[in-house]
Amino acid sequence: MNGREAMLARIRTAVAAGAASVPSPPIPRAYDRAGTHQPGSDHVLQLLIDRLLDYRAEVTVVAAADMAQAVDTALGAAGSVVVPAGLDSAARAGCEVGGRTVSVDGHPHLLTSAELDATDAVVTGATVAIAVTGTIVLSGREDEGRRAISLVPDLLVVVLPLDRIVETVPDGLHRLQPTAPLTMISGPSATSDIELSRVEGVHGPRTLRVVIVR
Amino acid sequence: MTTFLGVPMRRRPAEPESPLRGTETFPVGARRAVADTRLRRNLGRATATIRAKRAAMVAEVDDWEALRDSASAIKADVMARLPELLEQLEAAVTARGGTVHWASDALEANQIVTRLVKSTGADEVVKVKSMATQEIGLNEYLEENGIAAIETDLAELIVQLGHDKPSHILVPAIHRGRAEIREIFLAEMADAPKDLTDEPRMLAMAARAHLRRKFLSAKVAISGANFGIAESGTLAVVESEGNGRMCLTLPETLITVMGIEKILPAFTDLEVFLQLLPRSSTGERMNPYTSLWTGVTPGDGPSEFHLVLLDNGRTNALADELGRTALHCIRCSACLNVCPVYERAGGHAYGSVYPGPIGAVLTPQLTGMTGHHDVNSTLPYASTLCGACFDACPVKIDIPTMLVELRGRAVDADRGHGLPGGWAAAMKAASWVMSSEKRFAAAETASKAGRLAAGSKGRISSLPYPLSAWSTSRDLPAPPRQTFREWWRDEHVAPPADTAGTTVGESS
Repeated sequence: MNGREAMLARIRTAVAAGAASVPSPPIPRAYDRAGTHQPGSDHVLQLLIDRLLDYRAEVTVVAAADMAQAVDTALGAAGSVVVPAGLDSAARAGCEVGGRTVSVDGHPHLLTSAELDATDAVVTGATVAIAVTGTIVLSGREDEGRRAISLVPDLLVVVLPLDRIVETVPDGLHRLQPTAPLTMISGPSATSDIELSRVEGVHGPRTLRVVIVR
Repeated sequence: MTTFLGVPMRRRPAEPESPLRGTETFPVGARRAVADTRLRRNLGRATATIRAKRAAMVAEVDDWEALRDSASAIKADVMARLPELLEQLEAAVTARGGTVHWASDALEANQIVTRLVKSTGADEVVKVKSMATQEIGLNEYLEENGIAAIETDLAELIVQLGHDKPSHILVPAIHRGRAEIREIFLAEMADAPKDLTDEPRMLAMAARAHLRRKFLSAKVAISGANFGIAESGTLAVVESEGNGRMCLTLPETLITVMGIEKILPAFTDLEVFLQLLPRSSTGERMNPYTSLWTGVTPGDGPSEFHLVLLDNGRTNALADELGRTALHCIRCSACLNVCPVYERAGGHAYGSVYPGPIGAVLTPQLTGMTGHHDVNSTLPYASTLCGACFDACPVKIDIPTMLVELRGRAVDADRGHGLPGGWAAAMKAASWVMSSEKRFAAAETASKAGRLAAGSKGRISSLPYPLSAWSTSRDLPAPPRQTFREWWRDEHVAPPADTAGTTVGESS
């Protein structure tokens, strides 16, 4: 019997030995399994903005026609920016304003970690945003790119279409493909390890700006 | 009548020290901790802050109790179906290009991880904070084998650089103040700025700069996991700083060590736990970063992934219907922060990497209790049984009931080992007294002698040996002037004249 079989056998024995004397009832699911507000509704938009501001992220809400300008503003003084291959073309145009260096990260042209570290900012789309918790989820789609690009540069700009904002955590998870590489982002990176006083910006991007597009 | 009090126990050799077993009993460790005023100040401030944050965040959630009920039931279901769920997880991880390893104990897990690291040729690994790897002493084992393990969580880094031990599940350096952290950084971090102040932001930025190079060059990372999803093979790490994302994303090889109890059946179960964990743990609506990955994703993240499934005593707890609920724990540490004992004694007094109320029930079950020479058999007593931990627990672990049960077992473990100890002898004597009405009445009357020991302050705070074992950590109120029996006789046989005829509630 190899290690795996021996361990499984021990677990089986333990499960039987400690089995409940009465069979357990079905798992109760009395919690709210869905929100009451529509994705992209004014309620969820306002809630998301409130939560993001609470995390000290910066938020702007713009019409689709103003996306390029909003992305440019969000990038501010950043001189170099990395974008995923599938980024929305208007957002991409915003990156290029003012002669910024724009690197496109996509197979087969991937930036090295050192190159990402030397890049000021990243602009990405998002799969879904959860209003109640102020959470933005990236899942490695074409307009989001691989995980490293949204991690190493110090400024993260997320371009978020309004209809991708849902109300609750269950609403958000229903929109995700479990096997995709998932990153849930709730505000800039932070630590409370020193006397529990919160410091924003440790290893991940120290600044998070969200451009919500109507 | 013969007395058994004070007969010395036959000593047996002490259990070896390990991350799950310290060298001294809880009362000894706690006494030293309580005498340390700086430690008490740090702990008192930190636990009060986090308690308030947690309470505010929990109050926001209308269906909190329903979420707790679901979480508790999901975990019970996991324990009942653990073998099949583990095999399902293994199959899913393997199908997505990962490799699954099975480790019965700490040594086996350490050997597997060391072999995996060596096969990459690396002599340095970056680590995400993980209770499982602390529990098995992985860093020390790697070091003995010529591999440097770099902790990348800020608090873990503080602990590692300070050659110290973690004292809290979530905030391992909770016992350190900012001034101490500055001293540690200046002494141990070669690239710390010379003008470093004790401002938390500046300390955090020093850590960022120090670790940045390590992240960008690391070939191998080691992590734990908060959840492992059986149906999809997805693993989750919940964190704040981004050090987790760095470790899970940038290196070529990722090795994850996960306790077998961390499994959840389905991806949708995360909708329960991702609502409960951050609010209970850091008192946030959601933690800054949660990473989920399934095996290997070509072109995104590590190209090699290993999952080490760890038993290390979990099957001891699993084999017990009540005890297995300790395995429901999601390591949020809410029970530590609300515990009046933890708040004063701190984590080191428990001697285990799992301190506080959950540690007091989990640790003795993982290691077993071999009698009262075993320091871990004192852990179930590290509680006032006030029940705050049960109320705070997001998965509704009934810690107080388990503590009482484990106290019984600690006593049972002593039975049949030669002569009875003081506790057993005292119980035997009490049983002899209480089984006869006459003897009990005589004992009650005799107890009035205790009024002399109490003196004018009305409290008995020290008694001669062997009763000092009780009185060193407790005060007894002075016995009353009158016993209950005497009072009853006075009230019911010969009522005092001045109260005769007065009936409560009489109408006139």
